[in-house]
Amino acid sequence: MNAEQVIFYFFAALLLLSALIVVTSRNLVRSIFLFFVTLFSLAAIYVFALADFIALTQVVLYAGGVLVLMLFAFMLSNKELLNAMEPAKRVFKVKHYVGIFISLAFLFILLQIFTERDFSQLEWIKSGSPISKNENTIHLIGIQSMTFYLLPFEILSVFLMMALVGAAHLARKDKKI
Amino acid sequence: MIPLSHFLIIGACLFSIGLYAVLTKKNAIQVLIGIEFMINAAILNFVAFGKYDKINGGGQMFALFAIVLAAAGVAVALAIILNVYKHFKTIDPSKIDNLRN
Repeated sequence: MNAEQVIFYFFAALLLLSALIVVTSRNLVRSIFLFFVTLFSLAAIYVFALADFIALTQVVLYAGGVLVLMLFAFMLSNKELLNAMEPAKRVFKVKHYVGIFISLAFLFILLQIFTERDFSQLEWIKSGSPISKNENTIHLIGIQSMTFYLLPFEILSVFLMMALVGAAHLARKDKKI
Repeated sequence: MIPLSHFLIIGACLFSIGLYAVLTKKNAIQVLIGIEFMINAAILNFVAFGKYDKINGGGQMFALFAIVLAAAGVAVALAIILNVYKHFKTIDPSKIDNLRN
């Protein structure tokens, strides 16, 4: 087991552990801040898939943008919410059992597929050229986004403007539509 | 060199955790966090497969697109949550059960 594997499995364990605490914690503030840890360790895992630009985007967009938005939403809807979370009933409800059952069943199906089918033996993966470790992926992404993926790129920009206008419209003060 | 299946297994675990949060949580923000986990698991799969696709770079490009779409989605969803909170004074999804009247 070399250093690369040690670091990878460390971050994988950190990711899954913090994600589990995020969804089981009763304290919303704690779960939002642990969400931060989850996103950072996910970015570290992207680095191991040789996607350094995606990892940087993850840190900037998720850890920088989404998390601040969530904290704002939490603070703006704060008081009632804390009261609503307060009754810490230790008994599990039926809903929880159903949720655990469905998600475990889903996990089982996914793991079954991943173990039964060896994806690294696929034709295009074996014949294709994997990204090597000293490759400049940012260079590659820049060229691709301006040539082959130009149409999705432009549609995305229009979509972003729609989302911006829509969010501003939804969140404004007066209720006259 | 980390094998591809380990990335996929991590993604599957993350997806199931997100699914659990979506199904059971009584707070719209935590449900949103669950949806984010599921999106992130999908992006992880994109990136893991994108490692083998240097010529088109499809995995990494669509991972980028998905990250941007998720961020825009979160902005809209949080605006909706704030409006729902103003109207119903709660953000428990199971208590929000009437339409305009």
